[in-house]
Amino acid sequence: MKPPIRIDPEICTQCGACIPVCPFAAMSERPGEPPAIDLEKCTLCGACAQTCPVEAITIEKKEKTVAASQDDQDVWVYAEWNGKEFQHVTFELLGKARELADKLNQRVGAILFAHPITDAMTRPLIEAGADYVLAADHPDLAAYQDERYAQVLRHLSAAHKPAVILYGATTIGRSLAARVAVPLRAGLTADCTGLDIEPETNLLLQTRPAFGGNIMACIKTPNARPQMATVRPKVMKQRPGDPTRQGKVLLQTLHDALLYSKARRIGFEPQNAFKVNLADADIIVSGGRGLQKAENFALIRELADVLGAAVGASRAAVDADWIPYAHQVGQTGKTVCPKIYIAVGISGQIQHLAGMQSSDIIVAINRDPDAPIFKHASFGIVGDLFQVVPLLTRELKKLLTK
Amino acid sequence: MHIVVCVKQVPETGNCKIDPVTHTLVREGVAAIVNPFDMYAIEEGLRLKARLGTGRVTVISMGPRQAESALREAIAMGADDAVLISDRAFAGSDTWATSYTLAKAIEKFGNVRLILCGKQATDGDTAQVGPGIAAHLNIPQITYVRKIETLETNRIVAQRALEEGNETVESSLPCLLTVIKEINEPRIPSLKGKMNAKKAVIPVWTAADLGCDPALIGLEGSPTRVVRIFAPPVRSGGEIYTGEPQETVPRLIEKLKDTLALIAR
Ligand SMILES: Cc1cc2nc3c(=O)[nH]c(=O)nc-3n(C[C@H](O)[C@H](O)[C@H](O)COP(=O)(O)OP(=O)(O)OC[C@H]3O[C@@H](n4cnc5c(N)ncnc54)[C@H](O)[C@@H]3O)c2cc1C
Ligand SMILES: Nc1ncnc2c1ncn2[C@@H]1O[C@H](COP(=O)(O)O)[C@@H](O)[C@H]1O
Repeated sequence: MKPPIRIDPEICTQCGACIPVCPFAAMSERPGEPPAIDLEKCTLCGACAQTCPVEAITIEKKEKTVAASQDDQDVWVYAEWNGKEFQHVTFELLGKARELADKLNQRVGAILFAHPITDAMTRPLIEAGADYVLAADHPDLAAYQDERYAQVLRHLSAAHKPAVILYGATTIGRSLAARVAVPLRAGLTADCTGLDIEPETNLLLQTRPAFGGNIMACIKTPNARPQMATVRPKVMKQRPGDPTRQGKVLLQTLHDALLYSKARRIGFEPQNAFKVNLADADIIVSGGRGLQKAENFALIRELADVLGAAVGASRAAVDADWIPYAHQVGQTGKTVCPKIYIAVGISGQIQHLAGMQSSDIIVAINRDPDAPIFKHASFGIVGDLFQVVPLLTRELKKLLTK
Repeated sequence: MHIVVCVKQVPETGNCKIDPVTHTLVREGVAAIVNPFDMYAIEEGLRLKARLGTGRVTVISMGPRQAESALREAIAMGADDAVLISDRAFAGSDTWATSYTLAKAIEKFGNVRLILCGKQATDGDTAQVGPGIAAHLNIPQITYVRKIETLETNRIVAQRALEEGNETVESSLPCLLTVIKEINEPRIPSLKGKMNAKKAVIPVWTAADLGCDPALIGLEGSPTRVVRIFAPPVRSGGEIYTGEPQETVPRLIEKLKDTLALIAR
């Protein structure tokens, strides 16, 4: 079999420029010859071909450049309803979908599965940018369930052929999208932070961080439809709703077979101890080992209360049992992207940074001026958290209750 | 009960650095580790086998030859056997092609009742391969599992962590689970385990062994294409305040005021 990536020895000047840019260290120098490519490591990402000054590297992509087909129309948003309200990301996605659909000259569809579906639920979706709501109202769809939801969505997609489907990169969005992508043979890009339309091809350009935010990748789905992406909450700006917008609600009738499921939800236990929905929070106040004991998390909670913020934690605080795992931010916890992230008594190890470094503003409070967190902080206070945090809470309370 | 655990070898994030000149990941000398979430999956497999008093835990990994060391680590922890799924034809696989390939391998074993995956891999961070495997096999899935309450020959009850709380799901077997850190504390390999790992013969299955459709594996089988890789925008240097809290706190608040007002609106 011919290797899918080749360096033309006639063109290659052996300048070596491609070797260090390979994110996967697959290229190595060979005296008097073009660099060697370790095909086991190569992922054909194309970073080398892009860098090569003489365009000696070709990657065989076997692409039948498909112009965006006429059959594939519209940008869909999976509207994530949790039984009481929509996940906030739904509205962020509708705003983005509106922008993309306007560029494509297509319509925006919101996909809603729930029971019962009321006007009060569909109306906000239309106001936020949907031209129509595909509504599947059935008792079996009252609570999210992977198999059923995936089967129904797959069916709707096969029937209506959307060009794009966007989901929130929430626990549910990620489980559902991955399950829908397989039977549709769709491309799916995870946890995107940027979406756009490529003008020449009308393809969806999807940008996402990888390796804990250390590199960014831009991804396309040239030959398969729909083009699907999960999108990180809080990254896309929500647009103000327009109460004058008109849209249709299209009630879908479902064949019983679509609702067949081998798994079922048998219980649910809400977590109200304190606000845990880190993904949806504009502000997060996180505490680390510097807090010394569980009781001192009260300092974090008080500050969070004043700010209307969610409470996060480093792994050290979670491992010490000061706070439940649901609050852990970082590589083995949650990835968050709030407007303001306040790290209190957290040193800023790389595994913690992996979960929060794309926050808009990072504030660090730490008594060690050499703590790595300060290298990533937008603003930092070097000081004892037991003095700084209570004062900060008091001052903010004065400011915010004014 | 035959339990299969899917593990991926990933670069150790703690050592991942961006080259300041080329803006790519420095991989030289970076240790490869078992994806941290997969350690919990391995541990859970072993605990379930112990709970049932019988069974077999097989670990599989798709990747280059060196991924074999990840499988040996799992055997050292107590896994019964391992298979490496490796073939040049798999190069360039995205999550669609990866989950197809892993599903083909699981099918080849015959009667697998339970498949355990990590929540996500720390390199790609997609959390898509687990549900992808379940979709290919057309079996139910329970993702983000924090606790397994019941495991019987044909039934499993597990608790999963959602944004708003914990959901309990009951499923028939076979079933695929993805697990989070909360589920257990992975064990340290015993001396005997390490000896077993050294001796273990790890078969390699290729695309042909699995009977894969060549159009569905590797780059050709992957609907997505990475078109560009670049460094994230650099954060401009921050402002760090030292001194008495009476001075530093107001300076911080001054900086945050506008953003706070925007959020409050
Ligand atoms: C595979 C793997 C996965 C991991 N995943 C995660 C993850 O998801 N999330 C995560 O957070 N970590 C994770 N870690 C752990 C990570 O490497 C660090 O150990 C952890 O983040 C440290 O937590 P910390 O900053 O709270 O504690 P420390 O590193 O101990 O830092 C405490 C900080 O508090 C400061 N401090 C102490 N007292 C005071 C005071 N009175 N006033 C002000 N400052 C004070 C200290 O100066 C210090 O900087 C992971 C590690 C591994 C190996
Ligand atoms: N190449 C692979 N080989 C074996 N298992 C994998 C592979 N890639 C992903 N997995 C499994 O799927 C989970 C999710 O990975 P990902 O979708 O890449 O985030 C991992 O925790 C592994 O259990």
